[in-house]
Amino acid sequence: MKIYVPGDAAARALGADAVAAAVASQAGLRGLDIEIVRNGSRGMIWLEPLVEVDTEAGRIGFGPLEPADVPALFDAPETHPKALGPVEEIPFFKAQTRLTFARVGRIDPLSLADYEAEGGLAGLRRALEMSAEARLDEVLASGLRGRGGAGFPAGIKWKTVAGAKAPQKVVVCNADEGDSGTFADRMLMEGDPFALIEGMAIAGLSVGATQGFVYIRSEYPDAIAVMRAACDAARGAGLLGPALLGNGPAFDIEIRVGAGAYVCGEETSLLNSLEGKRGTVRAKPPLPALQGFMGRPTVVNNVLTLATVPWVFAHGAEAYAAFGVGRSRGTMPFQLAGNIRHGGLFETAFGTTLGDLVEGIGGGTASGRPVKAVQIGGPLGAYFTPADFGMKLGYEECAERDGIVGHAGLVVFDETADMGALARFAMEFCAHESCGMCTPCRIGSTRGVEVIDAMRAGDPEAETLLRDLCEVMTHGSLCALGGFAPYPVLSALNAFPEEFRPPRKEAAE
Amino acid sequence: MKDFIIPDQGTPARQGAPVTLTIDGQSVTVPAGTSVMRAAKEAGITVPKLCATDMLEPVGSCRMCMVEIAGQRGTPASCTTPVTEGMVVQTQTPKLARLRRGVMELYISDHPLDCLTCAANGDCELQDMAAAVGLREVRYQPGANHFAPRSEGAANPCYIPKDVSNPYFSYDPAKCIVCMRCVRACEEVQGTFALTVEGRGFDARISPAAPDFLSSDCVSCGACVQACPTATLVEKSVEEIGLPERSVVTTCAYCGVGCSFEAQMRGEELVRMVPWKGGEANRGHSCVKGRFAWGYATHKDRILNPMIRDSIDQPWREVSWDEALGFAAGRLNALREQHGKDALGVITSSRCTNEETYLVQKLARAVFGTNNTDTCARVCHSPTGYGLKQTFGTSAGTQNFDSVEEVDLAVVIGANPTDGHPVFASRLRKRLRAGAKLIVIDPRRIDLLETPHMGEAWHLALRPGTNVAVMTAMAHVIVTEGLFDEAFIRARCDWEEWGDYAEFVANPDYAPEAVEALTGVPAATLREAARAYAAAPNGAIYYGLGVTEHSQGSTTVIAIANLAMMTGNIGRPGVGVNPLRGQNNVQGSCDMGSFPHELPGYRHVSDPDTRAIFEAAWGVTLDPEPGLRIPNMLDEAVAGRFKGIYIQGEDILQSDPDTRHVAAGLAAMDCVIVHDLFLNETANYAHVFLPGSTFLEKDGTFTNAERRINRVRRVMAPKNGLADWEVTQALANAMGAGWSYDHPAQIMAEIAATTPGFANVTYNLLDERGSVQWPCNDAAPDGSPVMHVDGFVRGKGRFIRTAYVPTDERTGPRFPLLLTTGRILSQYNVGAQTRRTANTVWHDQDVLEIHPHDAENRGIKTGDWVRLASRSGETSLRAEVTDRVAPGVVYTTFHHPGTQANVVTTDNSDWATNCPEYKVTAVQVAPSNGPSDWQSDYAEQAARARRIEAAE
Repeated sequence: MKIYVPGDAAARALGADAVAAAVASQAGLRGLDIEIVRNGSRGMIWLEPLVEVDTEAGRIGFGPLEPADVPALFDAPETHPKALGPVEEIPFFKAQTRLTFARVGRIDPLSLADYEAEGGLAGLRRALEMSAEARLDEVLASGLRGRGGAGFPAGIKWKTVAGAKAPQKVVVCNADEGDSGTFADRMLMEGDPFALIEGMAIAGLSVGATQGFVYIRSEYPDAIAVMRAACDAARGAGLLGPALLGNGPAFDIEIRVGAGAYVCGEETSLLNSLEGKRGTVRAKPPLPALQGFMGRPTVVNNVLTLATVPWVFAHGAEAYAAFGVGRSRGTMPFQLAGNIRHGGLFETAFGTTLGDLVEGIGGGTASGRPVKAVQIGGPLGAYFTPADFGMKLGYEECAERDGIVGHAGLVVFDETADMGALARFAMEFCAHESCGMCTPCRIGSTRGVEVIDAMRAGDPEAETLLRDLCEVMTHGSLCALGGFAPYPVLSALNAFPEEFRPPRKEAAE
Repeated sequence: MKDFIIPDQGTPARQGAPVTLTIDGQSVTVPAGTSVMRAAKEAGITVPKLCATDMLEPVGSCRMCMVEIAGQRGTPASCTTPVTEGMVVQTQTPKLARLRRGVMELYISDHPLDCLTCAANGDCELQDMAAAVGLREVRYQPGANHFAPRSEGAANPCYIPKDVSNPYFSYDPAKCIVCMRCVRACEEVQGTFALTVEGRGFDARISPAAPDFLSSDCVSCGACVQACPTATLVEKSVEEIGLPERSVVTTCAYCGVGCSFEAQMRGEELVRMVPWKGGEANRGHSCVKGRFAWGYATHKDRILNPMIRDSIDQPWREVSWDEALGFAAGRLNALREQHGKDALGVITSSRCTNEETYLVQKLARAVFGTNNTDTCARVCHSPTGYGLKQTFGTSAGTQNFDSVEEVDLAVVIGANPTDGHPVFASRLRKRLRAGAKLIVIDPRRIDLLETPHMGEAWHLALRPGTNVAVMTAMAHVIVTEGLFDEAFIRARCDWEEWGDYAEFVANPDYAPEAVEALTGVPAATLREAARAYAAAPNGAIYYGLGVTEHSQGSTTVIAIANLAMMTGNIGRPGVGVNPLRGQNNVQGSCDMGSFPHELPGYRHVSDPDTRAIFEAAWGVTLDPEPGLRIPNMLDEAVAGRFKGIYIQGEDILQSDPDTRHVAAGLAAMDCVIVHDLFLNETANYAHVFLPGSTFLEKDGTFTNAERRINRVRRVMAPKNGLADWEVTQALANAMGAGWSYDHPAQIMAEIAATTPGFANVTYNLLDERGSVQWPCNDAAPDGSPVMHVDGFVRGKGRFIRTAYVPTDERTGPRFPLLLTTGRILSQYNVGAQTRRTANTVWHDQDVLEIHPHDAENRGIKTGDWVRLASRSGETSLRAEVTDRVAPGVVYTTFHHPGTQANVVTTDNSDWATNCPEYKVTAVQVAPSNGPSDWQSDYAEQAARARRIEAAE
């Protein structure tokens, strides 16, 4: 009997290890021969630890489970109070279109056999048979855009690197997932590491790079361990190394760990950090695609971008591009967080409305109070209000409303949120994480906090100054950190101006 | 030259195909890769900027230089945006004006508003930019800042007090705008990487990564100070004196790099020396000596009045110029009368100008009537002159310094550029960071080998004295492995001589494996290095006194020339044979006929045609026999046949080998005339002291290591009353010569008229072009950056056999270690100048470097006094235990007279030129209690000899 107890960090944080131990000891006590698989998370965090038992009727879920719930699992699974039925029939899961996350939760993350059995390596095998040009065209035709936040077409980036002449090119995976309310990169790496490895291998093959790096934030020790083990396994199996799958060109991957700076998720600071330098932003041009890691042409793509590539190659660009809206093709693993009833990862095609995600899928706030605002795209994303719930989620669609999709993290706030304080926090966050390279961000973010304080203390001149400062930061900053910090500030200010004013005094008696 | 202030173009120049774009409606064409900012500047449009400067790669930090570009989103920084064909740029729009003002408002919100009392008042780019963008108000209320020591009654955690630890400049973090120009200058220009940014965001602060600047890796080159747009990093002299009011471009008087500087003056007072961007040797860079160590020019030790005495046991007596010159002329005339013209001689100085050197040798030849003239080049680069003349036909290096920018592999032999030629070292390091390879052939692990971010490097740590064996083994590898450039040799060299040389070096006795036991260089390393040099597209050899100051110095120079010829590394940029000249005007003093056998232009005195030229010009008959070299003058003096000498700007007692012998020779003379800034060690044995003038006080020219003739310009009146050339002229006239030069330009005219390589050199040409590299004549009217381009000067390049002959100086049971000597960055040669500056904070005494193994055997720890003894003598100094030297080798510098390193060195010398063998002395080292008897006696004698009679 196979029992799945997620090894995902979120599940572990909710007690999965103790549950797994209880499962093992109960099975031992009963003399049952079971196999415990520490799979990835299915993304329904409110149900974690979500244990699955492999039965003839499919994988039946139980959750959220505590160790005390485990004996009942063996005694009377059918009547278990936390039985959820077939996991993939749970509405939150069933409603998804899982392409990037197709295998996450289903397989043993470190089993290459599982990986292949679930369609893994088909993309790389096909890519190896294609011409160099066809590979690049495939990515371009899929419409796949950078999932890290900028949304730059991956195919164009790859073509630039492929066209650059250099003795050595590099593929860098940006796994410095620092946005608040995001966890998709981590879940993918912990749940299906070979997908990322395969995607990077296809990228290396396509652009002529033989060296790959995964830059993972230090706060993700589990993901680091899984990725290291997966790379070792891939190397041992001849997937990576001197010849891809034994007959392709050389490609290998090294796992590197960040040092805790948010700004190192910005690709040029990431490259500096990867080179052993201070993680500060570099001006572009030169583009990393032409002069990236150690001056070499470099593909820098987010985990989700690269992990989607195998699906694109396995099923064809057309199949992928069939999903989506406007110029946002394919699916996006949205991450629902904050004050939300059903928090977790929900992969679906672009074009879903904000309201569907928050109210429908997410089930509204956890507190039960009305939604006041949703911040999309991390700490520097704009706040949207229920008035925007009809907005289709797509890059251009969000940009039209002065917002960003970013890494597709949605953080929900209920009516008790103090929007002035949240705007202040955006500036404070920017001040804390600013690398200090450019003046608008280096000084502006600190002044931003001060000006919002002045405004909330009743300074009548402060709003003009804040808006002027936001203009300077938006247009003057070297990178998106300073450039986007005004998004949450201005969106909050425009939607909730009264929350930037001092509390009204009680009327005199 | 008249408009020496070269405007900052914002970003470095690029080379590329022409690209045409439109900026503010003006069409401008610039090379591809040029920034929009630079293109605008070339169109006469200034874009506001703070973090950009054309000395550094742009980073786009300040965001003042934003522009709008048609078809592009946002407002990109013009410094980091390269031009593209057809681009349409707006540099002035209402939006840009608003944004720039907004950025400036942020800057000023964290800047102390003490402009009126600030050292940079009137010379501050922040001030200029605030004015340029029309900032009228800072709306931010007092908040977090880095300038107020206290805020709201408590200590401000962001405030960092001013760092005044460096003797020459201060660092005031309160004024810093974190443009990182200093950090980038330290990295890109200097290559030291001493500075960094600590903290991030608002907390980002420039840091020397040490408690203060003085204790950091900083080498005080001044690049950061020069790069700073505010008063954050500022010269203490500017803080003390105020802003300069005028600038004069002149040439540094320290090493042979010959950096161009702006002497920035307030009235007659020098405020600061700033490297001049137009200087082709230094391209706007400097080192601690040229930039800061000029305080000796006004040091209280400087002697400003002539002095005489009958004998050296008497105190000095200050007298008028007339009396001193009359006294000197009287003695010299009498000695010539009594002992003949060859009892007199001169020593010219590689520290003085070409014009002064020319006059001193002319004094010997035309007035004394003797060829007894020599120069300090005798003790440094005389083998260079000999070796390169024999092989190539010209006694000079083949390249300009710009050539280093095209080097793919540099061989550095017997030189320590980061200390001896720091500005060149920085330029080389830049190239090494770009991937050029490096071979160092030196007993010691020099700092160049520790260059951050450099490419591949080999260190051939040979035993002192085995240069010829190593170089010949390199040739062996190149010949026997067939790595030579046959086409080049056939076209450019004498094929028969090549055949002879190839056969000679192919001898298995010169195989790396065969010489390994002798040289200590692993054969495999040597083979790798030889192959790398032969394979490099552009291989250049740079060498210093570690090559020349050996008994086989000339042979090594020839071996170097052979290597360059056999690999075709001659006659184009990026290659060549490059002697790194020790002194500012070694090249010039040799060019000017300072040697006893050569008239100006390296023409032998026995050549009647050459003599005829000078006889006509000078109206005298010249002696066709070569005169005496310095060591021979001293020998003859001890023998009683050499009686009078005029020594301009050289301290032979400290700098020449075997100090006791030098002292004995000087003591035996009847008239020793020392012409110098200070009462140097040699002056202890002088009868006449003629005060000298500094390079700031006279006009003239220096010729640097790349044959570049640079102008030296008078920025202040001589404190001693007369420039050195005037003193020499007055002495000649006191002896009845009747010279009448009014200005050094006239002397240069005489040099040009008599010396073919200088034929077209005039002060007007130098003023117009900044500098020129000889030969400069009708055949090469623009001078000659690279020599031997279309063929060797002598015709066919000549290969000469380089048999290794071990020096007579051998180690043995009594003297088991080999001493070699060198220089340190902060001190210069005998230290007469640098010891009289604050540079002593870095190096206040000479120390003996000894390997831990040798130290352990002798019970020596760092800081201990040790006795250093050779067959010639002994001295004492403190030890420093380091593995920078190999076991069996010890190393010291010779900057301090108290150390007297040359008491220990021997009288061995180069077989061809008598250049002393400073670099190899067999010694023993033992623990000691303090200074040796000789040092004590010497100190006592020196104190006695320096007495000056009080005026009545």
